[in-house]
Amino acid sequence: MANRIQLRVKRFHPEHDQEPWFETYEVPLRKEWVVLDALNYIKDHLDGSLTFRWSCRMGVCGSCGMEVNGVPKLTCATFLTECAPGPVRVEPLKNFPILRDLVVDISDFLVKLAKSKPWIIRKVEKPLEEEYFQTPEQVDEYKQFSMCINCLLCYAACPVYGLDPLFSGPAAIALAQRYNMDSRDQGASKRMDILSQHDGIWGCTFVGECTKVCPKHVDPAGAIQQYKLTSSIEWLKSLVLPRGAE
Amino acid sequence: MINPTEYVPKSFQPRVSTYWWLGRWAYAKFILREVSSLFVAWIVVVTLLQIRALKGGPTEYAEFQAWLGNPWVVILNIISFFFVVFHAVTWFNLAPKAMVVRMQGKRLPGVAIAAPNYAAWLVVSSVVAWIVLRGLK
Repeated sequence: MANRIQLRVKRFHPEHDQEPWFETYEVPLRKEWVVLDALNYIKDHLDGSLTFRWSCRMGVCGSCGMEVNGVPKLTCATFLTECAPGPVRVEPLKNFPILRDLVVDISDFLVKLAKSKPWIIRKVEKPLEEEYFQTPEQVDEYKQFSMCINCLLCYAACPVYGLDPLFSGPAAIALAQRYNMDSRDQGASKRMDILSQHDGIWGCTFVGECTKVCPKHVDPAGAIQQYKLTSSIEWLKSLVLPRGAE
Repeated sequence: MINPTEYVPKSFQPRVSTYWWLGRWAYAKFILREVSSLFVAWIVVVTLLQIRALKGGPTEYAEFQAWLGNPWVVILNIISFFFVVFHAVTWFNLAPKAMVVRMQGKRLPGVAIAAPNYAAWLVVSSVVAWIVLRGLK
């Protein structure tokens, strides 16, 4: 195995550059190193101006998502040896505005996430002394969707979001579904008003790549299709029972 | 759109290329799946024309059969066959994503949802093949 590997890193300085460009660096190729280690090596030893987000280094915080050789990945979970012999192309996540180098602006996602109301909504709150019990089966209903770490790899993999920025996107819908499936929640109808719109679930054409790139196996594509089924049933119910049956 | 922060930094908004779907096989496969709908529609049209010809009597049906024998129709139908099979296979493989079936508290694996779809497809195809081949004798 060669002891060095090249990284082609996309650079963009908002004050100097009209558009992004690539810079090549050579770093040691160590079998225990992930792409994030290589980026930190560049920042510490080769070019201190290289800008990127990272925090936990163990696939929990969701900060270090980037395109590695054209595929959205957590750089803390992508070993350099997987990319050998290189060069390894490292770019910011697709479909988001680039702020600087490998840092993208995720404001749009944060707005959409808030709109999908990812919290427990109760019609009547229980007194603080009382608990909301759940069986293991009830936890299993939503647990998969609760694993989302907001890393946004799914948004970078979703061509629909790239082509139609109004689309709510995979994670926001999966997180809405996480609360819809929660036995303690009573806010499904409030979320449906937002997510049943064209830019919500119906914008999804089921490319399925969001699920493939998800590092936490959340399956946002599954969440959206299940929501489509629920939404269609609710629509049918509204036709059959126009007065509504809560 | 409401921006959660007052400060809007200068940024670069990348444009999605018209040929974005050529970049990865998974995207190309998705586009092929979408395109397959056109071939499904073509087969539906051919079937409707066939029914109309059948209703029109033996002469009209013979003309329809002659039209089916045109090289371009044969080529189009062969291509359509592969696209329709591709459409059906991808559709059945996606079915488990949309349907969550639980038995005794456990979610059934995807194969348990897809398998009955494939079985029904096989049965219906066998029945149709039996009827068609019986007519050829």
